[in-house]
Amino acid sequence: MLPLYSGRMHEMSIAMSIVDAAEKAAREAGAARVTAIELDIGPMSGVMADALEFCFEAAARGSMAQGARLAIHAIAAVGECASCGRMGEARSVPARCRACGGFLAIPPDGATLRLRAIEVEDAMKKETSHV
Amino acid sequence: MCDSCGCGHDHGATLSRPGGGRVLRLEQDVLAASRAIAGKNRALFESRGIAAVNLLSSPGSGKTTVLEKTIPLLSGRRLAVIEGDQQTANDAERIDATGVPVVQVNTGAGCHLDAAMVGRAVAELSPAPGSLLFIENVGNLVCPAMFDLGETARVVIISVTEGDDKPLKYPAAFQRADLCLINKIDLLPHVSFDPARCRAAARRVNPDIALMEISATAGQGLEDWAAWLGRLTARHP
Repeated sequence: MLPLYSGRMHEMSIAMSIVDAAEKAAREAGAARVTAIELDIGPMSGVMADALEFCFEAAARGSMAQGARLAIHAIAAVGECASCGRMGEARSVPARCRACGGFLAIPPDGATLRLRAIEVEDAMKKETSHV
Repeated sequence: MCDSCGCGHDHGATLSRPGGGRVLRLEQDVLAASRAIAGKNRALFESRGIAAVNLLSSPGSGKTTVLEKTIPLLSGRRLAVIEGDQQTANDAERIDATGVPVVQVNTGAGCHLDAAMVGRAVAELSPAPGSLLFIENVGNLVCPAMFDLGETARVVIISVTEGDDKPLKYPAAFQRADLCLINKIDLLPHVSFDPARCRAAARRVNPDIALMEISATAGQGLEDWAAWLGRLTARHP
């Protein structure tokens, strides 16, 4: 029996995956730097936006995405109320039915965690022009 | 950190191009890399005929006790266990006492096992071909649900001292599970838990989920659970 030690809070794992994927896409496009990252997260993605932003800053340090802006879009999901059967919109879980207060059953697409787009800069590009 | 999901506020920012940078549309799954590692684990399990069972539950639902009581019922089978906890090797020591090979993974600040950790643990354990491998995840119904480990089957355990609406409150854990064990049913006379309501809630989020009522300490339902595990192994020779 041998203990193995590893791990981190899951937002950190996810932040590192985002940085890796953004760097890979930027490199393939011949860019030098990632300046912004746009994400879609569903209510059942299990990700807290604030925690992810915090982790992202650390995960991006020393990478092509250092200092990049992170734009997080909370994507709503539609679920059926377990009590009255009405459909309702969920932006977080547990989500309650507006009509009767019952729980909404969220379909699997509520777990969306998608890298929508990145903004990149090319190596030769001048930063800003004075005058 | 992990008792709440989704922030509920849309930061609303859209990418502008102040510096004239290029926008690359990606539309890719953030967990794709992690899923690829899970795929490698799954391929390894299939090539060795190993059935891997990912056990999920809240802390205190009885995962380790279920394993301790299940192991003697599977005496004809090669078994191995991976124990996930933030700290201590206490659970691994309990499994070690049964004589089954076990590796403890301490996740530290981590709230879940991921496919890479399981891959390392499997390399360490080197389960015999045809084994039944139990992976006891960190006690937490939120984060572990997000991470595919490459398992053959996912089992979620809920105990009757919890709320019977838990499948609705933590749907992700139940949505991708093959089986839900309702544990500690010997305590039903003392609690307000309604098994029928729990079953209905679980089926609401996952119509295909199998359900069994057990008591690991009193032994109720364990033969059915062991038979289910037997069929699982047979499906992956």
